[in-house]
Amino acid sequence: MNLTRRDLLAGAAALATTTSLVPWVPAHAAEMIKLGSILDTSGIFDAYGKPMQKATELAVAEINAAGGLNGEKIELVSYDTQSDMALYTQYGQQLARQDKVDVVHGGILSASREAIRPTLRKSKTLYFYNVQYEGGVCDRNIFITGVTPAQQAAVLIPNVVKDWGKKVYILAADYNYGQITAKWVTKYAQEAGGEVVSTDFFPLDVADFGSTIAKIQSAAPDLIVSALVGGAHLSFYRQWAAAGLNKKIPMASTTIGVGNEHKVLTPEEGNGIRVAYNYSHELASPTNQAFLKKWAEKFGNTDDIHELAVSTYQGVWLWAEAVKKAGTQDRMPVIEALEADLSIEGPGGKVTIDPKTHHATLDVHLMEFQDQKMKVLEDFSQRPPLDTQAVCDLQANPDDNQQYEIKI
Amino acid sequence: MDLAAVILVEILYAVASLVLIGAGLAVVFGMMRVINLAHGEFMMMGGYATIVAVNLGINVYVAMIIVAPIVVGLIGLVVERLVIRHLYGRLVDTMLATWGLSLLFIGLVTMIFGNTTTGISTPISGLTIGAYQINGYNFFIIVVAVILLLAVFAVLRWTRVGLVARGTMQRSDIASAIGHNTSRIYMVTFVAGSALAGLAGGILAPLVGLVPSSGGAYIAKAFITVIVGGPSIIAGLMSSAGLLGVVAQIFTFAATPVVGEVALLIAAVILLRLLPQGITGRFLKGRL
Repeated sequence: MNLTRRDLLAGAAALATTTSLVPWVPAHAAEMIKLGSILDTSGIFDAYGKPMQKATELAVAEINAAGGLNGEKIELVSYDTQSDMALYTQYGQQLARQDKVDVVHGGILSASREAIRPTLRKSKTLYFYNVQYEGGVCDRNIFITGVTPAQQAAVLIPNVVKDWGKKVYILAADYNYGQITAKWVTKYAQEAGGEVVSTDFFPLDVADFGSTIAKIQSAAPDLIVSALVGGAHLSFYRQWAAAGLNKKIPMASTTIGVGNEHKVLTPEEGNGIRVAYNYSHELASPTNQAFLKKWAEKFGNTDDIHELAVSTYQGVWLWAEAVKKAGTQDRMPVIEALEADLSIEGPGGKVTIDPKTHHATLDVHLMEFQDQKMKVLEDFSQRPPLDTQAVCDLQANPDDNQQYEIKI
Repeated sequence: MDLAAVILVEILYAVASLVLIGAGLAVVFGMMRVINLAHGEFMMMGGYATIVAVNLGINVYVAMIIVAPIVVGLIGLVVERLVIRHLYGRLVDTMLATWGLSLLFIGLVTMIFGNTTTGISTPISGLTIGAYQINGYNFFIIVVAVILLLAVFAVLRWTRVGLVARGTMQRSDIASAIGHNTSRIYMVTFVAGSALAGLAGGILAPLVGLVPSSGGAYIAKAFITVIVGGPSIIAGLMSSAGLLGVVAQIFTFAATPVVGEVALLIAAVILLRLLPQGITGRFLKGRL
């Protein structure tokens, strides 16, 4: 390129003009507590992200309506990452360095969490990840309020082995969540006296399960356990029902229903599938009824509430309670308040932070799909995050910073 | 024995679904040499057309076999008039334009239907073969694929329209010199290809959870089938779908679906190394 002095000057002038167009952002606007939210509210993961964003807004509005925290209102700073992992890095930096928020809630996929976790740790910005995930993250700067595989499998698997039989066939998504979940399912099936006849893994874009369905039948299991993930894998449930097998071989799952999939399947396709989660619309507790009412008042319709939205809502409230208890939004006092066995009563039941792992001890409900609803069969109160507890102890090693692969 | 029957049905089903996925592209790419990267999105829109029609109370078979091809055929008509007709003979430009179209369609469908998984149940219940239960809908797909091949063959081989279309694709200058309106023939052929894609999307809709980005799952398989097949439309489609479907299913049964997909791709690579012009570039030359 041939650059003359005139071009250079013109370019520099243009650059100066554009810089001055960037709005000036005050470093510390008034005395507000800042809560950063970073979620995919558009793109392929928006079915998860949109209700989570709504849950954050609802919790913040409630806290502000009640007078805020320690007399200060919360300002919500939200970024839409558009289901693009690269934007997590960018907006994560922005939240930490430019907006200087007091806490960040968000991240959906494990990849998105790992994209921002190092940034937030380095910049000493408290981080809440409010999603069901594979377990094992050990970092004093992060709090994780979703269920982990051991919490689900410990409740679900013994129950279905007892009710349906000993031969278990596992189908799982072929990435770390599916691999790890399959191991926990195997462990609990064996402990319950069952045996795993086969475990099959599927990449996320496999949508044709005809041969798998034939293979399952030749293995003749008493039940199947599915940890399949995403839209393409939803075809499995449909093809399974189309072959008429949903009436012959019962199914349990650790994943279906998290994104309200039970409302996409018809009652004939979905009925009878057993799951274990922290939340169901059908929970009769007064906290849940009040939550549904508030959601309906703010957003009109409660159909889009799902497990992850409730985790997010509980995550924001856990943080808020800790800020109240600490009397400040500063990071270390809040972490210490959370580590002092802090708990709240959320829509899904009591949630307590486990000080060793910064994961949540929570109620897990055994449920069955019934006419596009999750009917609660049994409640298991206060299940600890056993998987992460096996590898992580932040009280002994407060400087630990990694995601462990849990050996089972 | 029962298992053998089940495997046979699954193999036939795999071949039939490749035929369905590839048919529309065989017409658009195989005949017209238009690289339609929006082929997957045409199928996806056929799926949505079916689901919308079924939700409006239209019989599911009518929705799949009539509504979906008509809707996607009309979309194809608009696309051909606005974009494709300016780009005949410019391979790279059509690639770019149709890729843009595919992004546009994904965006539009997302805006209209949202980015959530939708679907309908299969209209045919499961069948019992000995000790096994299989999806009765597989048979429907096999039957549709056979009828589709016969129909396309009949039109191209025995009707005047088919003859003129084939002639135009080979030498449009001569066709035009004899007095045929080649621009219109190209248009009709493209619409027919789009309608076939819509039909395939409609027929496969009950088997999958449909999202606006579902087209991506079809596009690679469609191109592989058509390119491996080579210049002849029917013979190429049948031979490559047959070969690739059998290879994929055998490996799927012997190992896992992942290995099956890998085997399909490896088979395609080997075939193209040995037969760069596709199967019908060497065998069955000059057939339809």
